[in-house]
Amino acid sequence: MGLKKMIVGFLGSVIAIGGFLEVATADLKFPMLVYRTGAYAPNGIPNADGFVDYYKMINARDGGIGGEKIVFPECETGYKTQVGVECYEKHKENAMVFQPMSTGITYQLIPKASADGVTVYSTGYGRTSAKNGKVFKWIFNAPATYWDGASIAVRHILKQNLGNIKGKKIALVYHNSAYGKEPIRTLQVLAKKHGYKLMLLPVDHPGQEQKATWLKIRKQRPNYVLMWGWGVMNQVAIKQASSIKFPMENFIGIWWSGSENDVMPAGAGAHGYKALTFNAPGDDYQVHKDIKKYVHDKGQASGDGSHFGTVLYNRGLFQAMVQVEAARVAQKIHGTSKITPAMYRDGMENVDLNAKRMEELGFKNFAPPFKNTCENHGGSGLAAVQQWDAKAKKWNMITEYMYGDAEVVDKLIAEDSTKYAKEQKIAMRCN
Amino acid sequence: MSVELLNFIETVINGLMSGIMYSLVALGFVLIFKASGVFNFAQGVFALFAALTLVGFQTGQVPFSHLINELFGTNFHNWYPSLHSFFAIILTIITMIILAWLIEKLVLKHLVNQEPIILFMATIGLAFVLEGVGDLMWGSDVKVLDVGIPSGGSEWLEKTTIGWASEGSEYYGMYIDVLNVWATIIAVILVTALALFSQYTKTGRALRAVADDHQAALSVGISLRSIWVLVWAISGFIAMVAGIMWGTESGVQFSLSLIALKALPVLILGGFTSIPGAIIGGLLIGLGEKLAEIYIGGLLDIGAIENWFAYFMALVFLLFRPQGLFGDKIIERV
Repeated sequence: MGLKKMIVGFLGSVIAIGGFLEVATADLKFPMLVYRTGAYAPNGIPNADGFVDYYKMINARDGGIGGEKIVFPECETGYKTQVGVECYEKHKENAMVFQPMSTGITYQLIPKASADGVTVYSTGYGRTSAKNGKVFKWIFNAPATYWDGASIAVRHILKQNLGNIKGKKIALVYHNSAYGKEPIRTLQVLAKKHGYKLMLLPVDHPGQEQKATWLKIRKQRPNYVLMWGWGVMNQVAIKQASSIKFPMENFIGIWWSGSENDVMPAGAGAHGYKALTFNAPGDDYQVHKDIKKYVHDKGQASGDGSHFGTVLYNRGLFQAMVQVEAARVAQKIHGTSKITPAMYRDGMENVDLNAKRMEELGFKNFAPPFKNTCENHGGSGLAAVQQWDAKAKKWNMITEYMYGDAEVVDKLIAEDSTKYAKEQKIAMRCN
Repeated sequence: MSVELLNFIETVINGLMSGIMYSLVALGFVLIFKASGVFNFAQGVFALFAALTLVGFQTGQVPFSHLINELFGTNFHNWYPSLHSFFAIILTIITMIILAWLIEKLVLKHLVNQEPIILFMATIGLAFVLEGVGDLMWGSDVKVLDVGIPSGGSEWLEKTTIGWASEGSEYYGMYIDVLNVWATIIAVILVTALALFSQYTKTGRALRAVADDHQAALSVGISLRSIWVLVWAISGFIAMVAGIMWGTESGVQFSLSLIALKALPVLILGGFTSIPGAIIGGLLIGLGEKLAEIYIGGLLDIGAIENWFAYFMALVFLLFRPQGLFGDKIIERV
């Protein structure tokens, strides 16, 4: 057999087998855009493991969702926007929902997915104004947005200063990307409202070198530093902050800058560092017990199982749980287990994760309750502050879940989404 | 002294110290390019691989444990609880020597007399393969690297300089990261050792001969292949040093391979064939980018300019001196 024939034969077999598998197993397709390689892999892996373990557990324990198995093909993006878009194009056929795991990718997918009729769920990231369901029919970002995060961080600072931060200096150290720039507008408006001075300090990808940034902080002595970082940027920033002896209790990261990975390299120097969170750390929840029983004990853990219970793993569990719950709600609304992508969207829009439902799902006290509606795709907007204990090597929740500044945030969301609707000629819904 | 002047001095010192960190990466590139004419794209991954291996030995991690456990259903993770950093470094050096030998045996040997672009492409392939193998061997988690090198701001300097500012002014003392001071000391030792090795040892002279002219070196009986193994092993050792310094700062993780990007403007400035050039180039780039970030960025109220400013400096330099400060001038006879 000639080489050419062999190659053609091989490719033909691969396509045929691939097609067969797709047809044979595709019940509810939840494609996963992951980054298990590259500069951001240390964050991408635990998060993806959380997703995979949860889906496996649902398939093993419940036989899928309403009897329909979940299939979750992974597509490696390397946190690269262009690759993420290619992954979307590759897997969008019959996909229920995409979780881009990158604000850059989310921005690219918003118009595409809206046109294709595919749900995008960017859990606590992506375009903040997508919270407005009247404009962004297919996009969801519950349970909290970056603008909620920014105003919750400022609220925490306000509480520490008895409500008066006039004249204080707050620096924002941010990943110089769509993600990192997202809170700037809110922080600027809040600066006007509360009278603090805002310093903006961008850090270029990947953030391995930040000496100049921290020299600026050392010279200008901001009272508080907020951080919108990801990957190595977080670790270097925390280490540098400790190195210049910045008071760590005045250093607050967004929920993507608060994993174990971020604080461990700084050792004892990271003690006292704070980060926002919308889910609890730890592995003592019912969902963990179920995952252990149905997945890990059967030797089917994603990866080596070492991320079990970490912040980003738990976030993956939470994200996957919301996506699965949306499918259940859709099945209930439409009275069929074989839902279409359009039906799935209806499910996501009617997700009601109240405390009772969270408990039923094995997530009691794991995250604050939230509910999506036609108008509100951004959930409750609640987040808490957690603080790193370097001795015990664990995060402790130090505040209750709190709301952001709705007065500021809602207005900004309305402005931004209305502008987008005009640009894209989108008719407002939910009337 | 005025606070502004003291701040300027602080920026200059920190810039120079950061430059030394870049030089540590650039040195590995120079050595290989000098001896074999190969621009080793994999140098950054070398640093990553060496640092991963070092942490692996330190913590007693079983290489490929993830793969082994997946295939055989076992639960192997560690051989032993921990190993002293000294022995871990020795084992890492041995690993880097074996790696150099394997690269020569499996890649370079088969590409002798090929165009430089082919060799360059081979090193790109090598970079990706090595990154993948490193991932499989040691996993992708962020690893804490501590070989006992102190880090953090120097309290002594801060206390000494706090009184230097004019009376009544708000000044907190000068800041230098002790890790950078150690990097400077190590770089000086490395360059001195390399200079002594190449000047006063037989192997060093052979290395210089190969660097000057491959054909002539071959004609007097110098084994090109063993020199290549030696050079790749030395640059592996330098990569380990760079990996230790950078890994101590940020933890060992896959973004460490991107430090190679920091070495490129250094090489353009210092020249691809000069060891002192790598040091001077590093100092200039470190200094230039920190001054730009703090003073030009501050003036224009913009940030994150240091990354591209380094390349801007390199580009300007290319226009006037394409061979770099200390690089060999390329003269081709027609």
